[in-house]
Amino acid sequence: MYYAGIDIGSSYTKAVIIDDDGKRLGAAVAKTGINFDEAAKTLFNEALKKAGLKKDQIAMVVSTGVGRNNCSFAQANKPEISCIAKGSYHLHGASCMVIDIGGQDNKVIKLAADGRQLFFKMNRKCAAGTGSFLEEIAMRLDTGTDKMNKLAAQAGKSVPINSFCTVFAGTEIIHQIRENQDINGIMRGIFESVVKRTLEMAPIDDTVVLSGGAVATNPVLIDLFKEKLEQEVMLLEHPQDVGALGAALYARSLQQGAPDEQK
Amino acid sequence: MPAIESTKILKQALTGYFQSFFDETVPRQKVAWCTSVGPSEILTAMGFKVYYPENHGALLGASRASEQYIPVANAAGYSPDICSYLTADIGAFKKGETPLTKAYGIPSVPKPDVLIYNTNQCREVQDWFAYYAKEFGVPSLGVFSPWKVDDLNEDQISYVAKQMQSLIPPLEKISGNKFDIDRLREVVALTKQTSDLWSEFLGLATARPSPITFFDGCIQMASAVVLRGLPVAVDYYRQLNAEIKKRVAAKTGAVPKETTRLYWDGMPMWGKLRFFSDLFERLDTCVVASTYCDSWIFADFDPADPFRSMAKAYTKIFINRSETHKEKVLIEMAGKYGVDGMIFHDAKTCPHNSNSRFGMPQRITKATGIPNLILDGDVNDLRCISEEQIITAAESFIEQLTHVPRNARA
Repeated sequence: MYYAGIDIGSSYTKAVIIDDDGKRLGAAVAKTGINFDEAAKTLFNEALKKAGLKKDQIAMVVSTGVGRNNCSFAQANKPEISCIAKGSYHLHGASCMVIDIGGQDNKVIKLAADGRQLFFKMNRKCAAGTGSFLEEIAMRLDTGTDKMNKLAAQAGKSVPINSFCTVFAGTEIIHQIRENQDINGIMRGIFESVVKRTLEMAPIDDTVVLSGGAVATNPVLIDLFKEKLEQEVMLLEHPQDVGALGAALYARSLQQGAPDEQK
Repeated sequence: MPAIESTKILKQALTGYFQSFFDETVPRQKVAWCTSVGPSEILTAMGFKVYYPENHGALLGASRASEQYIPVANAAGYSPDICSYLTADIGAFKKGETPLTKAYGIPSVPKPDVLIYNTNQCREVQDWFAYYAKEFGVPSLGVFSPWKVDDLNEDQISYVAKQMQSLIPPLEKISGNKFDIDRLREVVALTKQTSDLWSEFLGLATARPSPITFFDGCIQMASAVVLRGLPVAVDYYRQLNAEIKKRVAAKTGAVPKETTRLYWDGMPMWGKLRFFSDLFERLDTCVVASTYCDSWIFADFDPADPFRSMAKAYTKIFINRSETHKEKVLIEMAGKYGVDGMIFHDAKTCPHNSNSRFGMPQRITKATGIPNLILDGDVNDLRCISEEQIITAAESFIEQLTHVPRNARA
């Protein structure tokens, strides 16, 4: 049998199709836009196409993410933290701390050796440290996050940003540019502030695995996490899809009649 | 969720209370405004009618009228970072409006002849009452309680009792009534009875399934707050408790399929009571107990020693205690009510009653194994509350609890 997970996120929607063994057969991702259900349908069809499957071959669809209640064709929905936890454990297979940086939410999730979710922390009601922060700053500087990554990678050291507030961080950056500070360092400082905000959320006491759209598209973040934590960090395979994968795994366990199974 | 029938009687009692401030068929009694955990027994005993601005603050929040009024106070120089009871209340006053009109048919808040505050809950009440003292041209008198107390000592009790006694001469002057210690004993005895019955009501939530939720408590506590020291409060809780005991006997749960039990620490989010009540019911979760509702249990009240016992009871309230003491109480409560998890509300404008800012949730989880969830929010300011974030966090938390051994379960 085959199962689908649809993660309707605040920025992007992701769809993943798996088989009974949890093998990823097809996936798709695109901007969520203003019609959540439509985005979900489009991406579900796209993922089906990539998997070479038809709708009626899918035994169950589970939705997650901010738009999880807007997916008309999902038989069940699950909160995204649980899905990220489940997807991460499926990929990592050992105890770990998952750091997920999404569009508007950051999560730190602690998983036990058997995959149980022991603890989680979300960002406060603030965009600081999220993917939205990076998008907002890129827009403010009239550039793209690709270019910001390239410049940041060339920096010797970061020019620090102090502000918690996304808007005032933008103002601080403008001030740094005006002061002729090293532009590469400023870019690195922007990414560093995301890492700092995230590490302020909870103590990290295990192997770190990274997931989420922001880490998938901003490789500088991975280096900065390594540097700040002074330990290796692992980027999960297809990091942006981890929540959707978790939802598909939930679909599999729900279909098999084990609603609480998380492994 | 089954409705509590007695609530109709509560509504009548509260209507009677509020309308009595404007009853022109009887000679006008002097009016005292008092903080909700203040020495209102002295005021009642001296013939004042007592009005509680914090109750008004909660009503502004629960009716969501606070949304219109907080910005008015902000614009007048009262920061969005200070108590949102205060800003909602002052904003409403500035606009000359009150939800009491719709709820109880009275034209305005009753005009005070004196304002009495106790800093046992927070220091901001002094500034709140100072505003009205100026507006109405009446005195504002305070009891300054020792703060963050651990085990209360004799010096601290005497310090507060003496301040309470020193209120008598100015209150005699304002009321025109002579202080009568026996009348105070009667009022203290009524508060003690109210408090015991309120404590019994809250304790009924130890039953499985719980017959009541924290959100029921937030409604039912109105009598313990504004009618305490009056016979009507005692009568009300007798009736209410009889109704709830029937639920316990019939094993009727406030949440029909109670599978998870939670504890709520901190203030309610008044404008979101229904939201939370529906959210947790959907998740088959009952929030069975809270520090907030327990704050109106005054076990130390003793008519034989009214001043000292009031000093003791009012200084010992949870919010006014040390972190060490609070931690001990929360662990006891978690055990008493057999909760699976604890929610800590970090209220943006109420730091005094947000207990998640000095590592307490983490320490309690470490000591008990009971997981915690910290929710960002506020008492009254809806601008500080994100429903979507709360839903995600709450759903994830309940999901997580299914994977954690429920060592607190009976």
